This record gives sequence, structure tokens and C-alpha cells, in this order.
Amino acid sequence: MRITVNAEPRDVPDHLTLEALIRDLELHKAPCAAEVNRTLIPKKRHPEHELREGDTVELVTLVGGG
Amino acid sequence: MTTTHTAEPGLAPFSIAGRTFSSRLFVGTGKYRDYATMQTALDAAGCDVVTVAVRRERLYNERGESLLDALDTSRYTILPNTAGCFSADDAVRVARLGRELLDQLGNPGASWVKLEVLGDKKTLLPDPVGTLEATRELVADGFQVLCYSSDDPISAARIKDAGAASVMPAGSPIGSGQGVLNRSNIVLCLEALKRGDPAYPVIVDAGVGAASDVSIAMELGADGVLLNTAIAHAKDAVMMAHAMRKACEAGRQSYLAGRIEKKLYATASSPFEGAISYIPGE
Repeated sequence: MRITVNAEPRDVPDHLTLEALIRDLELHKAPCAAEVNRTLIPKKRHPEHELREGDTVELVTLVGGG
Repeated sequence: MTTTHTAEPGLAPFSIAGRTFSSRLFVGTGKYRDYATMQTALDAAGCDVVTVAVRRERLYNERGESLLDALDTSRYTILPNTAGCFSADDAVRVARLGRELLDQLGNPGASWVKLEVLGDKKTLLPDPVGTLEATRELVADGFQVLCYSSDDPISAARIKDAGAASVMPAGSPIGSGQGVLNRSNIVLCLEALKRGDPAYPVIVDAGVGAASDVSIAMELGADGVLLNTAIAHAKDAVMMAHAMRKACEAGRQSYLAGRIEKKLYATASSPFEGAISYIPGE
């Protein structure tokens, strides 16, 4: 299925969980927060949250800022 | 002969949003030449609170150095901002993402947000309506909102009424280095926000260019100053961080000590009585 991750289209397996997506992208070792369709999904729910065709995912971290 | 220094008066810890800090200087983590310079500068500034931004993970580039590898998250309270948000909705989303990230780190800043709802990319001045909307929503969601605002005392009071833990009026536009452009308005903000509530924390946020700007803000009675570019882009960031720390302390002490009134004419510090010289008019 096709989803959008950080504004870029990406083909992923059906029923992929948010946790698996973050692990596949190698973002699981540092803090990483996730939104699906503009709603925050807390980390404890990443293992059970299955992504769906057309989902828009935002994966963010902390960077320098004022 | 040895010189002894008395304990520094007036530099007692202060409280904001339920936490107590010894430093009144809040420092940003953006725009340093490299992370090593940032680390040394933050140390030199003596700050307890540092601000950070929330941004998309890079998916294809090599991650390289990460801010979180360079920042001692056990030492600092991390205040995530909503910089780059031009609507209340986006600011609320970013605040929640920031809270999630700091929860993962176990950092006490998790319930805090430096709320910025910007009105215009060129000036980065706050959108007063969006700022109020986002403040209300985030306060209802349990956030301690430290809110960037203009130096308009009416806007500042409205933001406090909406439940902000601190109002942070801008001295001048973000990153402009113009210092405190309208001292009268900062004083009016302080009056409006502290009326009947003298401990309410007011932080001058944005516009600092040099250490003297920090002293001026503190001398006006601000509880603290938040800055980033003035240190990060100084020719010598670490030396400027030292200067900012001392300027903040000096300004606080100068405020508490009580300045003399300004007068049109001179008043001599040495007595005329006993002078052997000719004094005109006597």
C-alpha cells in the first residue's frame, strides 16, 4: 500500500504497524514522535497501530531552536 | 593581602511553571557553528532551561550528529517551541509532539511549551488571535504555556487570562538584534501582568543583540530573558555567553538595588563645601 511519510510517498506492506515503520526507517534508537493523519499516536500505541492505505504520517524529533 | 567577596545579593532562585531555577537566562540551541560550541556556550551562560524545536526526521540523509547526542538532557529542563507555526492548530500539534518527545526522554520540560503562533514570515511577529486560541487549547490539555507575545500590554494580559504560566513579550523581532525597542511597553506589560500577582513570571523573549540588552530587560523588572541568536551568531559565542550570564545577573541586581531618578541637571558627588577653588555664582 502507499502512504506518505514526512511529505514523501512510500510503498509499504499492508498492515504495517507504526512501530515497524519507525524501526524500518532506523528511527527507533532515539526519541521519535509520530502523527498519523494529524493526530498524535503515543509511543506505547505504536506496536498496535496499523497503518492504512493513504495515511499521512509525520515522524519528528528535536533539533536546535530558539 | 587577600580580597574577600561578599555573597552576591539578589540572585535567589526563581520559580516558573512550578519549577525553580538559579539562572534567569533561557538559551536556545539553534544556529551554533557546531554542537561542541553550543555545549560550551550553554555551560558558560549558566542556564538551566534550553529551548529546542520539533522537526521532521530526515529519512534519506545520513543522520550524522543529533542535537540529543550533544545535549545533556539530565542537566537542562528542555523547553520545546512551536517555532514555524502560523496557525493555532499547527502550534497545538507541534506542542503535543514536543511533549511526546520529552516524555520519551523523561525530561521535566515535557509538560512545557514555548508557544509561538506567528503572523508573518518576514517579521516573525506573533498572531495575537491564534496565540490566544492555542494558549486556551494547550492550557486545557494540561500544558504549562510559556507564551511568546508582542510587547502590547493588552495582548499580554489576555494571554495571562487565558492561563499561560508565563508571558514572554518580545524586545524586538526574533533574531533582529535590535534589543529592547520599546522600554515603556515592556514596563506596561510588567505592570499589567504583575498587578496583584507580583510573582507572575515575565520573560523578555527575542531581539537581544548584545549583553547590554539583557541588562536593560532585567533592569526594567523582567524575571528573565530568553535568547539564542545573540550568542550563537556572535563572533565568539562562548565569550558572549559569559557576557550574557553576567549581564543577566547585573541587570537583576540593578533592578533590585533600585536605580536613582533621572534628573536634568548635575548633582556633584564631591562636596563644594571646603573647596579651595573659585566656584561661579557663589
